[in-house]
Amino acid sequence: MCLDEAPATQVVMTRDEGLKYYRVMQTIRRMELKADQLYKQKIIRGFCHLYDGQEACAVGIEAGINLTDHLITAYRAHGYTYTRGGTVKEIMAELTGRRGGIAKGKGGSMHMYTKNFYGGNGIVGAQVPLGAGVALACQYQGNNELSVSLYGDGAANQGQIFETYNMAALWKLPAIFICENNRYGMGTSVERSAASTDYYKRGDYIPGLRVDGMDVLCVREATKFAADHCRSGKGPMLMELQTYRYHGHSMSDPGVSYRTREEIQEVRGKSDPISLLKDRMLSNNMASVEELKEIDVSVRKEIEDAAQFATTDPEPPLEELCNHIFYNDADLEVRGTNPWTTLKSVS
Amino acid sequence: MAAAARFFVRGARSKLPISGVVPGPRSSFAAALLKLSPGSSSRTQRRHAAHFTFQADPEPTQYGPTTKMNMFQSVTSALDHTLASDPTAVIFGEDVAFGGVFRCTVGLRDKYGKDRVFNTPLCEQGIVGFGIGAAVAGATAIAEIQFADYIYPAFDQIVNEAAKYRYRSGNLFDCGSLTIRAPWGCVGHGSLYHSQSPEAFFAHCPGIKVVIPRSPVQAKGLLLSCIADQNPCIFFEPKILYRAAVEQVPVESYTIPLSQAEVLQEGSDVTLVAWGTQIHVLREVANMAQEKLGVSCELIDLQTILPWDVETVCKHSANNEYLCSSFSLQEQCFLNLEAPISRVCGYDTPFPHIFEPFYIPDKWKCFDAIKKMINY
Repeated sequence: MCLDEAPATQVVMTRDEGLKYYRVMQTIRRMELKADQLYKQKIIRGFCHLYDGQEACAVGIEAGINLTDHLITAYRAHGYTYTRGGTVKEIMAELTGRRGGIAKGKGGSMHMYTKNFYGGNGIVGAQVPLGAGVALACQYQGNNELSVSLYGDGAANQGQIFETYNMAALWKLPAIFICENNRYGMGTSVERSAASTDYYKRGDYIPGLRVDGMDVLCVREATKFAADHCRSGKGPMLMELQTYRYHGHSMSDPGVSYRTREEIQEVRGKSDPISLLKDRMLSNNMASVEELKEIDVSVRKEIEDAAQFATTDPEPPLEELCNHIFYNDADLEVRGTNPWTTLKSVS
Repeated sequence: MAAAARFFVRGARSKLPISGVVPGPRSSFAAALLKLSPGSSSRTQRRHAAHFTFQADPEPTQYGPTTKMNMFQSVTSALDHTLASDPTAVIFGEDVAFGGVFRCTVGLRDKYGKDRVFNTPLCEQGIVGFGIGAAVAGATAIAEIQFADYIYPAFDQIVNEAAKYRYRSGNLFDCGSLTIRAPWGCVGHGSLYHSQSPEAFFAHCPGIKVVIPRSPVQAKGLLLSCIADQNPCIFFEPKILYRAAVEQVPVESYTIPLSQAEVLQEGSDVTLVAWGTQIHVLREVANMAQEKLGVSCELIDLQTILPWDVETVCKHSANNEYLCSSFSLQEQCFLNLEAPISRVCGYDTPFPHIFEPFYIPDKWKCFDAIKKMINY
């Protein structure tokens, strides 16, 4: 299916917008680097998939939609948790599994949620049909909201994604499907896992855009365009954001056995999303070096405070183990590890 | 489901309730002893300790010369033998080509070629469906699902296609040469989606076999049996044992029969039935019961969950004869038991993130179960 128009290639960014994008991206960057540090100190354990390098995607998407719209993604979710309204404190405390965490410490890195942000999902691909369901609810309720469903280049090969494309197009759901193509599904490059690496074309009858995911303004404009398309009742749209992650797949992956250090350095040097924005603002006299440095300092402090909280907050009480399995009016008894013990489930 | 333990109270002569340890679908085998101290920071350090000690079996003598191997190496060895002896054998799954995320397929692609050891894209339903097709057409298909937690998209293929192929075609077709391998069970930090033990979901599906080894020697022998078996088999490998379990493993190819439970130690009072990692927990529990309660425990490794060895378990727990191939032990052993069969397993919650040490059926919980059963 062809589009008659395309997203604008000449756009306006105000100084305030620029400063905001800079601050948010820098916050995500520093938060992820702090998580790396805490993980190596074994204060964060389990699985941890870091988002540094991909900040422009989360920030650009949020700039193109409203907080009242809906978003769902897979496990590389810390950045989205923040752009969707979570605080750094809550995010870090969830990583360390404390009661102040955004999911009460019960979810961990992969399972963070906030209003209109449906996570944080461990089984890749499974979140996409879910996102379409949310889009149906928006359509049904006629609230002019839409649903953004994200997935990676690896998950793009999951069957349920194609099932979702069909449903969304058939029923003209206000759904934006976004493939964050960071070139590697864990350790497998896109060339080795996909018959077609044109992820934006995978929707076949769904119009698709390929976007430079390192440029926050490109992402913003493409998202705005897709959002308008959806809100006008024309049906779903597909976007492929070409982006890159500096860290490996997770903290147990050094990230250099399937790609070269030179490649990582090259992306850092030429396409880093924060540097790109910074250069743009400086060269257009939208901000001074000192001003941006002040933002850096303030962000660092916020992250330090959050890390402090995340390290000292107590863990959730043991009673929480069984809560919220079901919804039940009265307390439920949960079978214990042997027939004579039961625990109480409150929901 | 965590490894559950089923305790069976022996027959009329025994004074003790039977408790068996049966890994349930949500059982987690690794239980760290969580010492609840007020200071929170030191607690995180203690969580590193596994809740069990792997106990190697004595070196087997009947299969020829042995060498030291851990569990993932014993799996590699089994696969190596298969690729060498069976020209139709192929191994596929996510990331198997470079050696696999748990190193189970290291070296095989270099040795046997990229047409026999190859990666699939990220599509479990596709992997198993594809595997079924390859098996039906005559290949020995060995599919890897990267974590047992990811097997559910393939559930329909396994239950509705693989299990029923022979039956529905009146034996015209079958996918007996399909084996599905998956890392299984808790590992200390796996949380909801890297810790699951889903064997119970498959345990009631006629047409497939489900096998879980407790050690490297068992893993190699049982895996080779699964591959040779003319029925589609699911082979769950306890991931926490991949490196931690080291034994003298026979170098040559050998098989350990399926559907034959192994009595690891004889006892006269309580029968403990388990599989996988939980065997090692229960070995300790049996010692504790002997020392502290004077209770003599028998330990049975079920090995094959489906079809399971009813005869051995019944005979040893109740001196009953084999009656029928029902999964319910109660029917067979009821009159011989002094207390209800009890299961010790994980709580009925999703496998938790931060609560893992509290969740799993560690040796203290199993021991406690024995104590309670004695006083039933």
